[in-house]
Order: sequence, then C-alpha cells, then structure tokens
Amino acid sequence: MAKVTIDGIEIEVPDGTTILNAARMIGGKVVPPAMCYYSKLKKTGGYCRTCLVKVAQGSAKDPRPMPKLVVSCSTAVQDGMVVQNITSPEVLEARRGVVEFLLINHPLDCPICDQAGECKLQDLGYEHGLEKTRYEFSRRKFNMIDIGDKIKLHMTRCILCYRCVRVAEQLTDKRVHGVMNRGDVAEISTYINNVIENDFSGNVIDVCPVGALTDKTFRFKSRVWFAKPMDAHRDCKKCSGKAVLWMKEDEVLRVSARRDKNEEVEEFICNECRFEKKKKEDWVIEKPTHISRHSVISQNHYETIKPLKLGVGSQPPKPLLNNENNR
Amino acid sequence: MQALTTRAKVAVNKKMTFMERLYLPAIIGGMRITLHHFFKKKVTVCYPEEMRPFSPVYRGYHVLKRDENGAERCTACGLCALACPAEAITMTAAERKPGEENLYREEKYASVYEINMLRCIFCGLCEEACPKEAIFLTDRIVHTDYKRSLFVYGKDKLVEPADKDKRIDVSKRQTKSVLEFKSQPGFAHNTLYTKALKA
Repeated sequence: MAKVTIDGIEIEVPDGTTILNAARMIGGKVVPPAMCYYSKLKKTGGYCRTCLVKVAQGSAKDPRPMPKLVVSCSTAVQDGMVVQNITSPEVLEARRGVVEFLLINHPLDCPICDQAGECKLQDLGYEHGLEKTRYEFSRRKFNMIDIGDKIKLHMTRCILCYRCVRVAEQLTDKRVHGVMNRGDVAEISTYINNVIENDFSGNVIDVCPVGALTDKTFRFKSRVWFAKPMDAHRDCKKCSGKAVLWMKEDEVLRVSARRDKNEEVEEFICNECRFEKKKKEDWVIEKPTHISRHSVISQNHYETIKPLKLGVGSQPPKPLLNNENNR
Repeated sequence: MQALTTRAKVAVNKKMTFMERLYLPAIIGGMRITLHHFFKKKVTVCYPEEMRPFSPVYRGYHVLKRDENGAERCTACGLCALACPAEAITMTAAERKPGEENLYREEKYASVYEINMLRCIFCGLCEEACPKEAIFLTDRIVHTDYKRSLFVYGKDKLVEPADKDKRIDVSKRQTKSVLEFKSQPGFAHNTLYTKALKA
C-alpha cells in the first residue's frame, strides 16, 4: 500500500496504482481529465496529455519533485508522493495549452456534430480552453468514411486517442491495424473495416471521446439533450443486455452502453442490442438514467416523477421531485 | 361600511328650477364637449394603411437568415429550442445531399423548423443562443388569425426570401458594440456584421 496526497487529500492505494486512478478513488474535482486513457481497455493512455499533473514530492524516500509535469494515467504512485492537480497554476496552464493543441485540427462544428452535449473535448475546451481559436491556418480535412452501414467515421474530428483501435484489438478479432501514417497526417485507417463483422464493433462509438465515430442509425435524429435516457435491459445471448435507451416519447432513437461515474462504459454491448433493437417492446425499461445536473442532458430530465397529489384532507401536496435530483 | 369612492352622490328628489327645466344650458354644455372633440387630433390609426411608429428594437416574429450566397444558415443545432423559455421552437434535422450546397450552408440543416407564435414570448433568447447567426427577431408583427394551428409558423414564413432585394435587414437592430464584437476575425463565418458596420 502507498500513501499519496493529491491536492491536499490523503489516500491509501495499492502499489502500482496510477495517479489518475488514485485521484478517481477520491473523486470530485481533483480527478484529472483524460481523453485517451480508458480503464476498461488495456494499453490506453499517454497520447493526449490532458491528464498532466505536478508531482511536488516524488516519494517519502526521495522527496525531490519530478522535473517535469507527468501524465497521471501512466505514472504509478509511490509511498509519500505529493501530487498537485487543480491546486497548481502550472498544471492548469499546461492543460490549457494541451487543449489548444487538441483543438488545432478539430473542427469547431459542434452545432452539427451528434456528439455535442456529451463530448469530452467540448467539456474540456469549455473548462480549460480559450474562448476562441488563435489558429488561422486551414485545418486538415478528410472525407467521411462509412465503417459498415451502421458506423460513420468522421476522421476530421478525430483526436487520435487510439481508444477505438484498442477496442478493435481487444474486443474483436481479425483486426490488422488501426492508425496509418505518423504525426500530422496520421489517420484511423480503413483497415478498421475488418471489425465490422464482429458483434462488438459498435462499441467504438461509445469509447470515442469526440464525434469522430458516430451511430449512423442516430445520425442527425435528435440532439442528445432532447432525448430522454432510460436504463433498460433485455435478454441477450451475446452481451449483458444492459443498456441506455435514448427516447423521445415512445420512440427509441439510440441505444448506448451504460456509463459509470468516470464516464466509461460499464459493460460493452453487442451490435444487435445497439443497432437492431429500436423498439420499446424489445426492452424492459427500469428507470431514467442518472444524469449529472451540470450536464446539458439533464435539461427537463426528471429521475423520479411522482404524480402530484393535491392535498387530500390535511395532507400537504407532495413535491414532484425528491432530493436525489439535486445531486 | 367604508365608501368605495368619494364621487358618490346622494340622490335628492327636489323640484327643478326654471332654468333646469329648460334643459338648454345642459344641451349646450353637452354639445360643447362634442364639438370640442371634432377639432381635436385623431387618436385612431387606420391600420394597416397607416402604422404606428415602431421602436427600432421592437421584437416581432423571427426570420431565418440566409448567407450571402443564398444558402440557409440554420444548421438545426437545437440551441434556440434549448434556450427558449416558452418551449415554442421545434425542429427536425436532415442531412444535406450532394448538390444542395447552394441551398444549405452546412452539412446538416433543418428540414422542419416551427415556432409556435402563441407560445413565443418574444424574449430574443433564441437570437442570443444562435451560433450561426441564423435566427433573428424582426419588427414584423404576428398577424391575427382564426385558427390556433395557423400560428405555428414553419419555414415557409420564417426563412427570408433568397432574392437579394427582398432580404430582411436586421443589422439596424444590433447595437454598435455587438456589431464590433461580431466583426472580429474569429467570427469570420459571418459577413453580416462586418457589412453592417461598414455601412
């Protein structure tokens, strides 16, 4: 076990835990943002540099600070380590620079993009970035690629986080490679086409932090904040069958996997559940999904709707919402 | 009980005097008031031939602007509907097909765009929310009608004509500071403000 202090909060974690995971155990604002690291997939992390933190004290044995900011997703904690995240102006400054670099080639087409509202890069840009771009040159552009008839690859929006490549590698078989070329001209190659036959290929949509991989069956159907997410399940032979239905009245617009508190997929779902079961009758609806009230998706989203009982006898009317919604 | 007004008079059944029985002074008094009104300035405005002067920032119904090439600016992002406190706006998005670049500015456009003018409170939050400078309030007023359904204005009424002479000018409604702010190079997608500032 190692004792580590992150932004003044002390926590004891098993040896070998990364700083990011230690911060996630604390939770709240001290968790560094991560665009590429995905705890459910192996070999992720280290590409995006948004999770940079400052190590003010290396360990109890060697209390010297680390000379540069380190990526928290792939740096293991040591006993007595002191980490600064949001308390260090240096980290925030560096992160702002990283966001600006990520946005250099990312088109500012959020009004068009289906991911808007649940996009991690949008959140990141809003929290750390500048109000407007300083970049004046033309951005790189690609033609849109259809990966099968259900997934759309909009390479222009890709930030090369490699998450989809890891999904293709670890969840599906018969995959050759994911990213072609290097540096500025790197792109997700169409070799990824090989995953379309696999039942779990649709998960690349869920792991994509931006709108580069989107669901074609949901394309331009609705903005995410107008759809109402509902937890639902069905008997599925291939996967757990636990999903979130994005509904508009009785119509199921989209099916996605459930997400945990780190916004990562809880259990990967199969393509049949995701793309083919688009009827309300196919599913058993449990309850409205919990949405953080800081998210735009929480707009008009009630988690418990109790019919208003107007005071019967001496009873006062009951409130429509319980306190759970105010989390 | 307390009196409701101070103007209440107690009716008395006293006998009228000779002058009062003539009625003439009362008639003349009444006619004086009537004739006085003949020579006063008329308060009636013969709408629609004649219009009352409007404030330059009067908030009437909306216009969906086109860009300088006549393509629709609206990209159905839904931010106006999100901002709308009266929930008056609904829209359906569609994808632009190849060859329709002169009709729609972006890859996505609103195939249906409806504003319920009975719900609309003309607050202008949609105009403020719009990232594409597509929706603006104008000084045009919503006309009366017989059916509720006729107050749901679709794209036929909202989108401005493509003809350059028939465009609806909204630049006069913007304050100078707004014009200056929006003509920054960062908002280069928008020539609307730069032109208005030069004019």
